[in-house]
Amino acid sequence: MKHIDAAAHTRGESQYVDDSPQPLGLLHVAVLGSPLAHGKILSIEIEDALQCDGVITIVLAGDIPGENQIGAIIPDEHLLAEKEVFYVGEPVAIVVAENFAQALQAKNKIQVQIEELSAVTDPRAAFANGQIIGTPRTFVFGDVENAWKQCDLIVEGRCDMGGQEHVYLETQRARAVPLENGAMRLYASTQSPYAVQRTVAGILGLPHHKIEVDVKRLGGGFGGKEDQATAWSCLAALAAWKTGKPVELVLPRHEDMVMTGKRHPYSSDFKIGLSAQGKILAYDVKHYQNSGAAADLSTAVLERTLFHSTNAYFIPNTRIFGACCRTNLPPNTAFRGFGGPQGMFVMESAIAKAAEQLNIQREEIQRRNLLCENDIFPYGQHAHEARAEKTWAEAENSFALPGLKERVAQFNQNNFEKKKGYAVMPICFGISFTTHFLNQAGALVHVYTDGSVSVSTGGVEMGQGFSTNITRIAAKAFGINQVRVKVESANTTRVANMSPSAASATTDLNGNATINAVTEIVDRLKSLAVSELGLGQKEKLSLKKERLFYAGKDTGWDWKKLVQTAYLNRVDLSAHGFYATPGICFDKQKEKGHPFAYHVYGTALLEVTVDCLRGTYNIDSTKIVHDLGRPLNELIDRGQVEGALAQGLGWMTLEELIFDKRGHFLSNSLATYKVPDVFFMPDDLEINFLQTAPGASGPYGAKAVGEPPFMYGIGLFFAIRHAMRAFNPKADLPFNSPLTPEKVLLQLHPQWGIDAENRRR
Amino acid sequence: MIGGIRFLLNDSDVLTDVAPGTLALDFLRRDKRLVGTKEGCKEGDCGACVVLVGELFAGGVEYHPVTSCLLPLGELHGKHLVTIEGLNRHALSPVQQAIVDTGGSQCGFCTPGIVMSLTGFLLDPETRKDARGCKNALGGNLCRCTGYASLIRAGRQVLQKIGGNNIFTNEFSENATVQMLIEQQVLPAYFQSIPARLKNIPAKVQRRDRATPYCLVAGGTDLYVQKGDALANLNVHLLSRQSGLKQIKLSEKRVHIGPLTTFEAFARHPIINQSIPDIQKYSHYNASWQVRNRATIGGNIINASPIGDMTALLLALESDLVFRAGRKQRTVALKSFFTGYKLFDKAADEILTDVIFPVPDAGSKINFEKVSKRQTLDIATVNSGIKIVADGALIRKVELSMGGVAPIPLFLKKTCDFLRNKRVMPEYILQANDIAQSEISPISDVRGSSEYKRLLVRQLLIAHFTKLFPELIQVRAFYEAH
Ligand SMILES: Cc1cc2nc3c(=O)[nH]c(=O)nc-3n(C[C@H](O)[C@H](O)[C@H](O)COP(=O)(O)OP(=O)(O)OC[C@H]3O[C@@H](n4cnc5c(N)ncnc54)[C@H](O)[C@@H]3O)c2cc1C
Ligand code: FES
Ligand code: FES
Repeated sequence: MKHIDAAAHTRGESQYVDDSPQPLGLLHVAVLGSPLAHGKILSIEIEDALQCDGVITIVLAGDIPGENQIGAIIPDEHLLAEKEVFYVGEPVAIVVAENFAQALQAKNKIQVQIEELSAVTDPRAAFANGQIIGTPRTFVFGDVENAWKQCDLIVEGRCDMGGQEHVYLETQRARAVPLENGAMRLYASTQSPYAVQRTVAGILGLPHHKIEVDVKRLGGGFGGKEDQATAWSCLAALAAWKTGKPVELVLPRHEDMVMTGKRHPYSSDFKIGLSAQGKILAYDVKHYQNSGAAADLSTAVLERTLFHSTNAYFIPNTRIFGACCRTNLPPNTAFRGFGGPQGMFVMESAIAKAAEQLNIQREEIQRRNLLCENDIFPYGQHAHEARAEKTWAEAENSFALPGLKERVAQFNQNNFEKKKGYAVMPICFGISFTTHFLNQAGALVHVYTDGSVSVSTGGVEMGQGFSTNITRIAAKAFGINQVRVKVESANTTRVANMSPSAASATTDLNGNATINAVTEIVDRLKSLAVSELGLGQKEKLSLKKERLFYAGKDTGWDWKKLVQTAYLNRVDLSAHGFYATPGICFDKQKEKGHPFAYHVYGTALLEVTVDCLRGTYNIDSTKIVHDLGRPLNELIDRGQVEGALAQGLGWMTLEELIFDKRGHFLSNSLATYKVPDVFFMPDDLEINFLQTAPGASGPYGAKAVGEPPFMYGIGLFFAIRHAMRAFNPKADLPFNSPLTPEKVLLQLHPQWGIDAENRRR
Repeated sequence: MIGGIRFLLNDSDVLTDVAPGTLALDFLRRDKRLVGTKEGCKEGDCGACVVLVGELFAGGVEYHPVTSCLLPLGELHGKHLVTIEGLNRHALSPVQQAIVDTGGSQCGFCTPGIVMSLTGFLLDPETRKDARGCKNALGGNLCRCTGYASLIRAGRQVLQKIGGNNIFTNEFSENATVQMLIEQQVLPAYFQSIPARLKNIPAKVQRRDRATPYCLVAGGTDLYVQKGDALANLNVHLLSRQSGLKQIKLSEKRVHIGPLTTFEAFARHPIINQSIPDIQKYSHYNASWQVRNRATIGGNIINASPIGDMTALLLALESDLVFRAGRKQRTVALKSFFTGYKLFDKAADEILTDVIFPVPDAGSKINFEKVSKRQTLDIATVNSGIKIVADGALIRKVELSMGGVAPIPLFLKKTCDFLRNKRVMPEYILQANDIAQSEISPISDVRGSSEYKRLLVRQLLIAHFTKLFPELIQVRAFYEAH
């Protein structure tokens, strides 16, 4: 089955928030952000702006009728700044005008006076100042201190990882339409309709039921619209409330990049101890997360960093520490992988450093320490159906790792300024929300008398193929043709209290809820059929390809007949289904439990050529063996793997968030913030799906696929590093990502830096 | 401008009084509510807004994909603007179908732009010549969801379907291409009527209203990024209305380039390919196809950005600039044109009318280097052009430029002087680097630290010589010498 929206997408007929027909008198909004990273607001002068053409009103914090608060986990974030600003771009005021150009013009006339206070952008500095969000966490497993004594080699090091801008092609946007009796409907581009509903309600001081949020689709989310979408809906709603008119807010790219949070930069220290044979005996790591100015989802992101700090390896003694450090950057947030990639990068760096000291290849250590069945993760869960070794072996064999090594060595022998490098990158990623209560979902299924079916869930379509998956699941659960199924928008009046579409778990949770709803209707239909047809046992009935069978024999009834008879007999053709992932738990006091329904495994091989004269690089190939369980839809799953990989490759290399010391974001446009383009991606890309056993709890044995493949990209860093070492074995290469061409060239020519330093003296 | 702008928008005639500086993208989405065309950046960097513009050309209509977010509406007078809505028929076109089949559309936001680019690819006799061209066609389209692999597969599927018609080997005329693509259901049938309908639109002569301040617009690819929304309200003067600014010709051993020549037209022109044999390779690293179809040589020079790629190349080619204001005409050497950051020797009412460089001698060697964070569709951190005339290993003459290392596109006069009459040897090149280092004054910015840029200057010098004299000198020598 193809992506259900694809045809309309190619015709440009799919509607995003601002594409649907505009209500008469629709007003537009421009948002004024703070020009400084930290300061006291002395005054906001809006008179001149109010005089501008087309301006209807200007909204400030004082206008908020409810509570000026949007923090999702910790209430520490204002919708509009009150007395103090904490990051550049923090919304201070919004201008509402008849059209966007007018709003923009007026915005530039608002005068804000701010007394500048000192800003912090470095997480370690924030940590030292006690600027910590939530409480630091430590996972302890085994006894690290004692284990050092048994180690033959101990290496220590530091990693600095950059963040990542989401670059969803559709920027943040929302449309708010006032309804009767003070209610409000929002069309929002959010992964989290319920977060929007409850936060708008809080801002306007209304009960949740007065706010309806409808989400048809997103032009990309990647985590950037999980929590960070909420503010824009709130602002649109606030403007609509104040004017009584429908209001649309669309952030221009530049504003979107400056004002919204991103993947967290991290700075980490590691210490790793190994036996002479390359067995990792102990690992001690400290993660300083650059959380930005407010909590957002940072504490949850940090938790996942801790969960994934040992990647796909078993290490008998570990101590994993992490702290969310408050800085004066936009509040950092969810992004595909949700903290996992940072944890894994440090692990891989530690292995690289150890391998370099032992003068062996990195993959020898990797291979020797892969998770096996029943091994214990540092958080106490046992590895079940561990596929780390299996995917590794498959990748090694099907992609001829020995041949690749040989080829790379040969090439490097024969070439001077061009060097090749390769890396093996195994991954292990846990599936479930690590916030326990979020692992629930609801679905509402209607069957109409013509046999067509409508399914509403709490899941949001953002390109990942969610609607396609649900269509397939519903059709399969009923035993009917897919064309009968329509997946509706995510709407808070149809499904209440939705969890965000995130954690790769959207299809798992909502698919299972859909199956539960369908099963209930099917059960009613069967009861009816047994009595109408005078048959004995309900259990012997089955629906296949729209025909009703009894003990394998066609009853002569088809789907339509069944539905119509049910209707005439007053059988309820609607049902609500609910699902809560069973068997997961986590005790935050002990930092132990069984937080994940299951894990996804895979192994990638990456090959790169570095032009050591110019510092540039090309990815020659990426080959992946990925564990999918029983895939629901290979075409869609392949798309998820390829897309996540591209983002992972970009995170490691091109995508550089450049902030100056005062917290101004410099790479603030697509001209200066570079994401992978068509030429960046390798021509030679192979993905093999491992399809051995079904996943533990995904619908029909499918495994979640959204996030895990992102982390294959981490291998690129180490492949480039490998090539760099081939050119300059003596260079002391830091573990700083992204590894931009600038870093490659400067690191390959350390003497140049020293000379430059001397010249300056 | 007097009277309205008249053009064909898909299958309908448009006559509008909207200001000519208005962006085509805003006109489509806000005025016409043709919302299939998306806005992703408004800076030419994402391709969500790509449309096709068709122009009468030797009896047929030539179509180019361009970014509508940098396209002034006034440019469309007498032209055919095609949006995704204008390609839709009842059934999906082979391009649309291929994207569906290969999973090339996920969130869908980039998809209309991609359909336009791939359709533009089939319409373009140069790009579609080889299968790799499909990648070039997507060079200006960002997709954050798919990672491009499925889009490449889609391109391949389209090629397989249409390729049977030999469009890659045969020289199809514009009309025949359109006819064939109509038969293949890539284009709707109304495309047939377009040439005749365009001929009915009277040309527009623009008189410059000298009384109010005006803004000269060539391709607009710099102006609209810099000034964006302000231009809609300004008095824009579209240089494309002026005739005679576009041709490339040879005269008395000099190449004359009309300043309105687009990057793409420049790189494809036979005269340019003769003078600068690798021009197509350099062009690949310059913006994207969609932007190259609009960006002009003159705009690159007058924009005076220190990292203009064409400017760096033209500096090494010893170019002269011809300016005209009314009847007055004068010539300035490009080397002495720039006087400071975005400052240059040009009066406000002067228009660049000709860019001239001598046809390189038979023995001369030319190279252009560019290093940017992302190799394609990115602005250079440092770029450099060089022209060398040598007698075996003896350097007779060098013309060397470097971009991104000074407030202006820099001609390295002292370095060139030093290298004259030296042999191609590592020690001289390294000495030349020392001199170059004293001529440049790079600053740290978002494209790199000054230290990095200085190192790049050295590296690109080495790159020039090792590339141009592979039999005499290798990169290895520079590392062993140290
Ligand atoms: C996405 C993107 C990527 C880009 N990539 C590159 C790149 O890789 N390399 C590169 O060098 N540039 C790049 N550019 C910059 C830009 O495309 C070029 O500088 C281009 O040459 C500008 O030409 P234009 O015709 O669009 O200029 P315009 O924007 O029309 O004009 C630029 C300036 O020149 C003046 N002007 C233009 N023509 C004349 C004339 N004949 N007489 C007098 N004044 C004139 C205008 O008044 C204006 O001040 C990129 C731009 C974008 C948007
Ligand atoms: S909107 Fe991004 S290129 Fe035009
Ligand atoms: S499909 Fe989402 S950006 Fe391309």
